[in-house]
Amino acid sequence: MRSIRAAATGAVTLSLVLAATACGGGSTGGGSDDSPKTLTYWASNQGASIAVDKQVLQPELDKFQKQTGIKVKLEVVPWSDLLNRILTATTSGQGPDVLNIGNTWSASLQATGALLPWDAKNFAKIGGKDRFAGTALGSTGAADKDPAAVPLYSFAYALYYNKKIFADAGIAKPPATWDELVADGRKIQARGRSALGAEGSNPSENIHHVFVFAKQHGADFFSADGKPNFTDPKVVDAVKSYVDLMAKDKVIPAGDAEYAQNQSVSDFAKGRQAMLLWQSAAANLKSQGMSEDAYGIAPVPVISGTPGSGTQVDSAVMGINLAVFKNTHNLDGATQFVKFMTSDAEQKILNTAYSSIPPVKSTQADAAFTAPATAVLKNTLATSAAALPQVASESQFETAVGTAVKDLFADAAAGRAVTTDSVKAALQKAQQQMPAA
Amino acid sequence: MTTTAFKEPVRQETPGAAAREPRRRPGRLRRVSLPYLLLLPALLLELLVHLVPMAIGMVMSFKELTQFYIRDWSTAPWSGLGNYKVSVDFDAPVGNALLHSFLVTVAFTLLSVGLCWLIGTAAAIFMQDTFRGRGLLRALFLVPYALPVYAAVITWVFMFQHDNGLVNHVLHDQLHLTGKPSFWLIGDNSFYALLTVSVWKGWPFAFLIVMAGLQNIPKELYEAAALDGAGMWQQIRRITLPSLRPVNQVLVLVLFLWTFNDFNTPYVLFGKSAPEAADLISVHIYQASFVTWNFGTGSAMSVLLLLFLLVVTGLYLLVTSRGRRASTDV
Repeated sequence: MRSIRAAATGAVTLSLVLAATACGGGSTGGGSDDSPKTLTYWASNQGASIAVDKQVLQPELDKFQKQTGIKVKLEVVPWSDLLNRILTATTSGQGPDVLNIGNTWSASLQATGALLPWDAKNFAKIGGKDRFAGTALGSTGAADKDPAAVPLYSFAYALYYNKKIFADAGIAKPPATWDELVADGRKIQARGRSALGAEGSNPSENIHHVFVFAKQHGADFFSADGKPNFTDPKVVDAVKSYVDLMAKDKVIPAGDAEYAQNQSVSDFAKGRQAMLLWQSAAANLKSQGMSEDAYGIAPVPVISGTPGSGTQVDSAVMGINLAVFKNTHNLDGATQFVKFMTSDAEQKILNTAYSSIPPVKSTQADAAFTAPATAVLKNTLATSAAALPQVASESQFETAVGTAVKDLFADAAAGRAVTTDSVKAALQKAQQQMPAA
Repeated sequence: MTTTAFKEPVRQETPGAAAREPRRRPGRLRRVSLPYLLLLPALLLELLVHLVPMAIGMVMSFKELTQFYIRDWSTAPWSGLGNYKVSVDFDAPVGNALLHSFLVTVAFTLLSVGLCWLIGTAAAIFMQDTFRGRGLLRALFLVPYALPVYAAVITWVFMFQHDNGLVNHVLHDQLHLTGKPSFWLIGDNSFYALLTVSVWKGWPFAFLIVMAGLQNIPKELYEAAALDGAGMWQQIRRITLPSLRPVNQVLVLVLFLWTFNDFNTPYVLFGKSAPEAADLISVHIYQASFVTWNFGTGSAMSVLLLLFLLVVTGLYLLVTSRGRRASTDV
């Protein structure tokens, strides 16, 4: 009986301790150096698989351990889980020390207060803010605040085209305007091939494209004071123009309306499709067996010719940032790790492996990033890319508008008319779902 | 039907028992408290795993909880009934979308539970007779129930693909039942795709439970009915279904609760943003909470869902227990 009483007492104590822990909420601590010999790193899945990422990253982490004596525990998190994992870690206060975030989430995650702000003092520890390209720094948080993360890999959208399909259709060069793309698309379809791929059911892909279309129409999804402005006639026109590539111009096949798992990349890699709008697709295409000689890379078309700034923008600034959890138990180690990952040597290795552009200016000139294909992406980032709205509700914006476009694609695929009114109604609904600012 | 009243066994008094009474009391106390002590860990864990989070969720539903407060949710400002008002304001977009999702879920649940029960019962009755290959067939029937949900549903995703999916290949290319290949994962057909997967996944459970229930029906009843000239349908209607009533009452309730709250099937089929036609309430609430980061509103929606399920379950139990009493009083 004494043992039963002891067990019962133990159970009560344990449950109370656990309950207290569960109810505690996130830690509001400001970080410490309690655990100077270890770090936990959540890397986003960048390669063809999680195993590929481990192959790329582990040797570099071992190198870091050799240099500093700090062991980095690596976890590669799939994209579909990453944001939820970050939110859970934010709520519980039990997260990694260092983590990758999508650069478009920077302002939203910054608003949670969970990430270490990169003020001048912290930047000085990793070589200074000036080491990074201005376009990449534009996607690290709200303009009036210290960045919530440091750029790690940069990407830009480009038009990938199949050289053989173009030659067979008698097309000499890639299209520079949307009208040219539609005209070329018709020639390609006449020869029984599909013209342009899209991921119609992927809200994130949709938002990247309609953002660029909005820029090209001289419109913004948010007003200057950060309020949603989705029903602006120019925004409506921009969204309709993108969906019309399927609904009216028919250059995007109806079947792509349900694509959400990068099927359009596979279609392109297998030669079933002539063009693809994608961000830094080389590594992905290679992993699917497509030779680099088989395709060309050109800037994404604009309405009236050569890409540039203003209405000639042809890509969102895409990329991955490296953030430090504010309540890390190895603040100094985490800063050292960020310095290591953004060093010239590591930037060269990692960005080569992921066919991305280094956001560190001194590395961009390296021979590894001067090939013609990379030059298009580098030039796009430098001259004609714009950062997605750096507002706290950016994450909600991606979901609401991206889903509206998904529904419009579903209408187009089902043969229902996509009109200015139907686009406006979809965007109005999306705007109403946005949280009050 | 008659019932035998339960009689407590008569305690035999033995000489000297009264004298030993004071010494036996602590032992009796221990015997009485032992079951409660043994239950205590389970009760505490239940408290920790279910009741504490539920209580926290209820508190959250009264707070303006967005990404600005997620790091320390207890500092989020109180919104009173604000989140509930937003959720039930059916003229505004959030409430309207929730109502739509609720109606879709009700229709989906009724159809799915009905079909699961019907197919499961029919299959169980069919499998009552012994025939060659019955064991193999029974094992095959249970395969959907035994498969991991993710693997099973993702296979359906491939089968429902517009261009390369097996469903369109059979319906359009082979049987020529549709004019052109249909979209199953977007648009209006997504409801039927979801229903198909749900029924495929759920009916083996009904089959299993009904089959177990059928084992308890005495064979003599069927033999007597057959001697009296009752056909198969009359035997099912007069013997099988009434005898299965207690089993069915539990089965339907469990299927209802599982289907109404099903998250895995729509999430794997459609991802975070389901098509309007298949916008089940579980994914809808998930989206409100974890995709658009309105955790307070999402919590209020969850509490409303909990209340609805409690009311429906309570009414169901009330009605079925009355029915049971009525049948035993006959």
